Amino acid sequence: MSYITKSPWIIHYDGSSCNGCDIEVLACLTPLYDLERFGIVNTGNPKHADVFLITGGINEQSRAVVKNTYEQMPDPKVVVAIGICAATGGVFRECYNIMGGVDKVIPVDVYVPGCAARPESIIDGVVSALGILEEKRAKMAEKGGKKQ
Amino acid sequence: MGNQIVVPFGPQHPVLPEPIHLDLVLEDERVVEAVPTIGYVHRGLEKLVEKRDYKDYVLIAERICGICSFTHSVTYCNAIERIMGIEVPARAQFIRTIWMEYSRMHSHLLWLGLTADAMGFENLFMNAWRLREEILDDMEATTGGRVIQGSCKVGGIRRDISDDKLGEMVDHLKKIRPLLEESNRIFTHDQTVRHRMRGLGVLSKEDAWDLGAVGPTARGSGCDMDVRSSGYSAYGELGFKPVVFTHGDCLDRCLVRSEEVLAAVDLVERAVAKMPDGPIEEKVKGNPDGEYFAFSEQPRGECMHYIKANGKKNIVRHRVRTPTLTNIPPLVKMLEGIEMADVPVVVLTIDPCIGCAER
Repeated sequence: MSYITKSPWIIHYDGSSCNGCDIEVLACLTPLYDLERFGIVNTGNPKHADVFLITGGINEQSRAVVKNTYEQMPDPKVVVAIGICAATGGVFRECYNIMGGVDKVIPVDVYVPGCAARPESIIDGVVSALGILEEKRAKMAEKGGKKQ
Repeated sequence: MGNQIVVPFGPQHPVLPEPIHLDLVLEDERVVEAVPTIGYVHRGLEKLVEKRDYKDYVLIAERICGICSFTHSVTYCNAIERIMGIEVPARAQFIRTIWMEYSRMHSHLLWLGLTADAMGFENLFMNAWRLREEILDDMEATTGGRVIQGSCKVGGIRRDISDDKLGEMVDHLKKIRPLLEESNRIFTHDQTVRHRMRGLGVLSKEDAWDLGAVGPTARGSGCDMDVRSSGYSAYGELGFKPVVFTHGDCLDRCLVRSEEVLAAVDLVERAVAKMPDGPIEEKVKGNPDGEYFAFSEQPRGECMHYIKANGKKNIVRHRVRTPTLTNIPPLVKMLEGIEMADVPVVVLTIDPCIGCAER
């Protein structure tokens, strides 16, 4: 875990999931799994967040909220789509109000499988996302260096 | 009289795990009016009945909500079974009841934790969720799933629980019962909790009745209504009594749920003691033809599934009325006249499950 130079903060938004993955995301932060021991804090403010956890497919009304939240997050940022609904729409993909996975609206870095996704796989997804976050940060630093 | 301002609350808000939007009209710090907007989680899954076989649809009915998941699948199956005249074996009914009560325990513990979090009592939040994991362990050991179980089917259940395992479950519940009682004592005795919730967001019995409150929200206001009294599944044989409190404030809604956790432990113990032997499913042949309203008591209140079928493998119409949707008008009433800082606590006391409400 040496690549975590700073404690990454996460923000969670429920696209249009059934709630199953949402409570598993919260369960990751509670005593049994306890993500906070890695310095990962669940924040409600997109401007403080590095990792965007999103559950559920996207519908017409939540599209703007998801996009808005994503755009408010400072770079570098990573998006983790949790559960099969966030990847493709899952069992709801044929519903009239579901547009499909999260990647229809914002770029996704890590997909976490499962219905509902288990806390272990969510933690695995977040940890892989941290690797990507570090790469993005390094790239930004390189670019910034060239400018100067 | 001060000027009125409108403060948006949600859809993305730290205390809300799910999106709902409230426009709060404030006068100084007091809420004059609250205008809810929903639709952020609407999927339109009722219409999926036209594309899925009625037996497969059980899995989709279960995914209406990830917390009351098992109760939704049982209610849907009850409706289909009544239409088709299927007698579900007694053992299946008892095991369904046990799993429904486990869902209630985990849902109420989850909610007690979230409420503690909303009023800033972080330690109680963590404690409630730690206890919830103990309940989920047994749920996972018997069904294979933590929050989505997939264990109910038309005509019975998919998995049996061995008698040894039932004994282990009861032993485990006996072990965690003192811990549950201890966490309940914090809600009943702790001064911080009482100070924060006593007399807040009061809903009178008349208002609860007129505005259509259901579940713990209604029972906290003194309305003695619980669908489990009607004795569906195995509740008729377990001597069920509803938990009712009378003040109608946030604390009483909270106490209803904390008492119900213990009542659920008792119900599971009684169900295991009376567990009949026999098959766990009835063979299902043909397609449903007719209509039926099935009711059940979810952790959040009364839930209704209406099904209309015409003898084909796809159902014609499926309509679900969920407790959160009916609890929103009482919520708007509770919010009138309270302070802005208390809004998160009051919103949480109806136990909003937006996934259910919007489907």
